[in-house]
Amino acid sequence: MHKTIKTIILSLILPVLLMVIWQFSAWQVNNAAIIPTIGRVVENFINASDNFIGLGSIPRNVGVSLIRVLSGYTAGVLIAVPLGVLMGYSKTVQIIFETFINIFKPIPPLAWQPLALAIFGVSSIASLLNMPFGQNYVFWGNFKIAMVFLIGMGSFFPIVASVMFGVQNVRQTLIDSARVLGASEKDIFFKVLMPAAAPSIINGLRMGLAIGWACLVGAEMLPGSLAGVGYLITHAYELARTDLVITGMICIGLVGALLDSIFRIIANKYFSWESKTR
Amino acid sequence: MQEMIRVDNLEKIFYSQSYMEIKALTEVNLSVPGNEFLCILGPSGCGKSTLLRIIAGLETASSGKVFYNGQEHTKPRREIGMVFQSYSLMPWLTVLDNIALGLEFAGLSRPKRISIAEEYLDMIGMNSFGKAFPYELSGGMQQRVAIARALANNPEVLLMDEPFGALDAYTRIVMQKELLRIWEQHKKTILFVTHSVDEAVYLGDRIILMSGSPGRIKKDIAITMPRVRERRNPLYGKLTEELLALLEEA
Ligand SMILES: Nc1ncnc2c1ncn2[C@@H]1O[C@H](COP(=O)(O)OP(=O)(O)O)[C@@H](O)[C@H]1O
Ligand SMILES: [Mg+2]
Repeated sequence: MHKTIKTIILSLILPVLLMVIWQFSAWQVNNAAIIPTIGRVVENFINASDNFIGLGSIPRNVGVSLIRVLSGYTAGVLIAVPLGVLMGYSKTVQIIFETFINIFKPIPPLAWQPLALAIFGVSSIASLLNMPFGQNYVFWGNFKIAMVFLIGMGSFFPIVASVMFGVQNVRQTLIDSARVLGASEKDIFFKVLMPAAAPSIINGLRMGLAIGWACLVGAEMLPGSLAGVGYLITHAYELARTDLVITGMICIGLVGALLDSIFRIIANKYFSWESKTR
Repeated sequence: MQEMIRVDNLEKIFYSQSYMEIKALTEVNLSVPGNEFLCILGPSGCGKSTLLRIIAGLETASSGKVFYNGQEHTKPRREIGMVFQSYSLMPWLTVLDNIALGLEFAGLSRPKRISIAEEYLDMIGMNSFGKAFPYELSGGMQQRVAIARALANNPEVLLMDEPFGALDAYTRIVMQKELLRIWEQHKKTILFVTHSVDEAVYLGDRIILMSGSPGRIKKDIAITMPRVRERRNPLYGKLTEELLALLEEA
């Protein structure tokens, strides 16, 4: 009990300090377009269900962003995890893909923006699924393929790298032990390599989601978007609503931290053996 | 007793990263009768692990052959179990699931394999640790579990590669006693690798002394001293000293 209180106090020192500096500078500058007061931002959160600058409520924008990131992320995961496993498992597959991947890896996801736009245009999940025009179409029209692609690109590389590392670094003694116990190749794969690599795979999924989420603002700068926290920030900036920019930033930070903590809970619950094994 | 393992003119060459030849084993001939407790003794790097891994089917011979029960043998099989020096338990499985692992590979249903695993858990005197994870166990306990896991598969032959090498002196002696008890009860053929003269003299029916570069068998010594062997017995001391002298030449 005593310890948790101490943890909470210690972890609050820096945020409180930041807020003090923020509030103090806001008073000094006295220009809400440059630095609004904390009160203005808090007000936005209190009235979160209002319609902000014609883009709808805060929860709606966060929701739209979440669906965008999760669809891009899912696409990234579906390709990266099997590929990483195969690259870790087979030297040949690794050689085939590694150079190729290494060339693309240093390109920041946002550098793909123009190309993504050229290739995918303004096609969306709605047009991809051939939805009839209506309320559903308008909603799913928010999820442009180009954005999903950018976010997927962001998630892809850390996942591939971490999954491959996990599969490659399974201790040889574990594989040998399974073989002498009569394991088939399939047993080795599913009952040794996969569980042994699981902590690295989860870690890759965690980093992938963090980076995918961080690509949000850039992805939502693409045309054809009328909602989403990233778009809200861009648009609020154009209207000199710095308070709303900060509100959006805080939303991104909070949701990102929340997603991350989900992974941390999973890792602690199911993979605690990993950190405790020498 | 019938011949269980035979090794014919075995040679193993490794290639280093600079394609240099490393002759790990040469002209190794060996015949192991059923139920024998054979100790393979030699300085480190003389090819003991390599020999054991080839017999297990984990490594292929460069030339020469291994026979199990009269049949040529190259791949791991359930009849030949192996215990490694350390950290060979699946860290994500409980002790009981680790012991049952070979039975899982054999396709036994969960209730069946758990009930067999419980017998072996009992054999190693660790009843209350079934639900523990390997990281919660001491090194000696982990090796006990590794032995139980190998035996639960009911192999004819047990290969042991310095299984007590990472244990402290006291635990090691306790484990040696326990292994002899298990061996006498279950009647297995054991090939036990060690670089400890004392351990070989305490355990073996026979000791194969190996020398290095290239690894070969230098001497084959039968130990007729009755068990349980007393370390203070003068014969025990004499044997140990003879072997130490031979090992120095090796
Ligand atoms: N996978 C390998 N690649 C190259 N050299 C190896 C490999 N395994 C063993 N060796 C070499 O073979 C020799 C015998 O090794 P090993 O069988 O481990 O000896 P021991 O178990 O008696 O200590 C050593 O010189 C070692 O460096
Ligand atoms: Mg060795």
